Amino acid sequence: MKTRTIKVENLARVEGEGALFVKIKGGQVMDVQLKIFEPPRFFEAFLRGRNASELPDITARICGICPVAYQMSACHAVEDAFGVKVNKSLRALRRLLYCGEWIESHTLHVYFLHAPDFLGYQDAISMAKDHPGTLERGLRLKKTGNEIVRLLGGREIHPINVRVGGFYKVPSKQEFAALAEDLKWARDAALETVRWVATFSFPQLERDYEFVALRHLQEYSFNEGRLVSNKGLDIAIREYDQEFAEEQVPHSNALHSIHKDRGAYFVGPQARYNLNFDKLSSLTQDAAHTAGLGAICRNPFHSIIVRSIEILYACDEALRIIGEIDIPDQPAVEFEPRVSTGYSCTEAPRGILYHRYRFDEAGVILDAKIVPPTSQNQKSIENDLRQFVQDNLKMPTHELQWQCEQAIRNYDPCISCATHFLKLHFEEQ
Amino acid sequence: MKIDRETLLIVGVGNIYRSDDGIGISVLYRLRERLPSAIRTRELTGEGTALLEVWKEANWVIVVDAVQSGAPPGTIHRLDAHSEEIPKRLFPYSTHAFSVAEAVELARALDLLPRRLLLYGIEGRTFAAGIGLSREVVRAGATVAAEVLNASNCFLHSIDA
Repeated sequence: MKTRTIKVENLARVEGEGALFVKIKGGQVMDVQLKIFEPPRFFEAFLRGRNASELPDITARICGICPVAYQMSACHAVEDAFGVKVNKSLRALRRLLYCGEWIESHTLHVYFLHAPDFLGYQDAISMAKDHPGTLERGLRLKKTGNEIVRLLGGREIHPINVRVGGFYKVPSKQEFAALAEDLKWARDAALETVRWVATFSFPQLERDYEFVALRHLQEYSFNEGRLVSNKGLDIAIREYDQEFAEEQVPHSNALHSIHKDRGAYFVGPQARYNLNFDKLSSLTQDAAHTAGLGAICRNPFHSIIVRSIEILYACDEALRIIGEIDIPDQPAVEFEPRVSTGYSCTEAPRGILYHRYRFDEAGVILDAKIVPPTSQNQKSIENDLRQFVQDNLKMPTHELQWQCEQAIRNYDPCISCATHFLKLHFEEQ
Repeated sequence: MKIDRETLLIVGVGNIYRSDDGIGISVLYRLRERLPSAIRTRELTGEGTALLEVWKEANWVIVVDAVQSGAPPGTIHRLDAHSEEIPKRLFPYSTHAFSVAEAVELARALDLLPRRLLLYGIEGRTFAAGIGLSREVVRAGATVAAEVLNASNCFLHSIDA
């Protein structure tokens, strides 16, 4: 029997460290294993014995790309545990901060990590020779997100201005107004981004996914809402552990999240879009229609369009928040610790990020559970690859390999938040 | 951003919760206590495009990061971005996929390199989740800190001259 082995030693442009193994036998895909290494496990242990007030600063270090998401989920979990209510103006500022992170993270992925796949370049460096203006636009767009995070977070990386109950210091109205000019440019650039990515050619793939995202009655969710899906899920965040489980798989030291009854599920921009299209601003909805998307988008290769739509939404929403900004009297709401368990889920750029903490009477952490979006998407990534490889077995090896890498990047996986090897092995017997 | 005078920026890259990946940050902390006040410092995670932004603030830049090329732990790699291409294999362990090496090469392609750019790569032993640096990495960090301090003083003399 003919044997074909394909190996890619280093899959770049995926956040993290890991390996992919695909086994094909007799024209059938026998096995697909995505092996990843996950830092939240270390952090769960490391957090035990620490105080609730330290959570935002420590968890921000888990991921260099989405520190705000970790801080927001941590703050909301503590506030849930201690019964803290954050007022409307602080809530709006948190939403603005999240806009900054979405702009940064999505722009990095769309321009520098995913677009080269669609345009046939090895990486953004080779793309830069032919498309310097486009990448410069990407850099400036990303910088607009950085500026929001810098202003509200105190600095661009590992923001230090976030605390349970709010912020250490709230910038002035003038400082927010200064952001608006850049954001107006960014909103136009984001619209250009949507038009640009909509011209790409997209491989075909569609499966019967369960999309899971937060849903809020009034807004496109960042920080709050119920967890819903297109298969009937509709739960409060504190019911998460009743619906979802993490299972150990032998090929990976990461845990795979599954829905207890239905298995794999799909989180991230495409899930949010499909479950909350009606909550997008009209500018964003129109841009989606012009780009050829309906209210539901199932092909994961279209994720680059959806991610661009979310950049546009984040710019539009940031401008709306700045236009209505109301500087809070106090930068934070104080809290009193109590024996309790707190739950939260916020929408990190890559999808829902679940935190659960149990505290003693002094607010000391007794145990912690952190479920990052990538571990929730792992099964869907494997299932996508299984079907994609099966549907495209006649494709030349190098092309199939390229498109598998591209398919993994559809999820913008943040595999370990610290290292970035993904070794790809195909074995065909 | 237009820079109208000579400015030196020192960037420490890494994640202190990933063992030896934290050496760039550790060197930066060690230097902060001893550097002349005119020298600016920045701490970064290693996300490449952020590097492109921060080095717009200066025309002389020194970057210190952990590397893993297969050389013995503690090996110091000294690279001048203007005289050589930065091998991608040297910087696989930056926090995210768009690494220091890729940032330098993207900046070169877009004509965004600072006028002088020196990179110090310190070979790590372990990049597992955890706190603490390997002994040979700490030793190499002390050597790099001394060299960077010396380079900073030379820089200040050169602009005074």
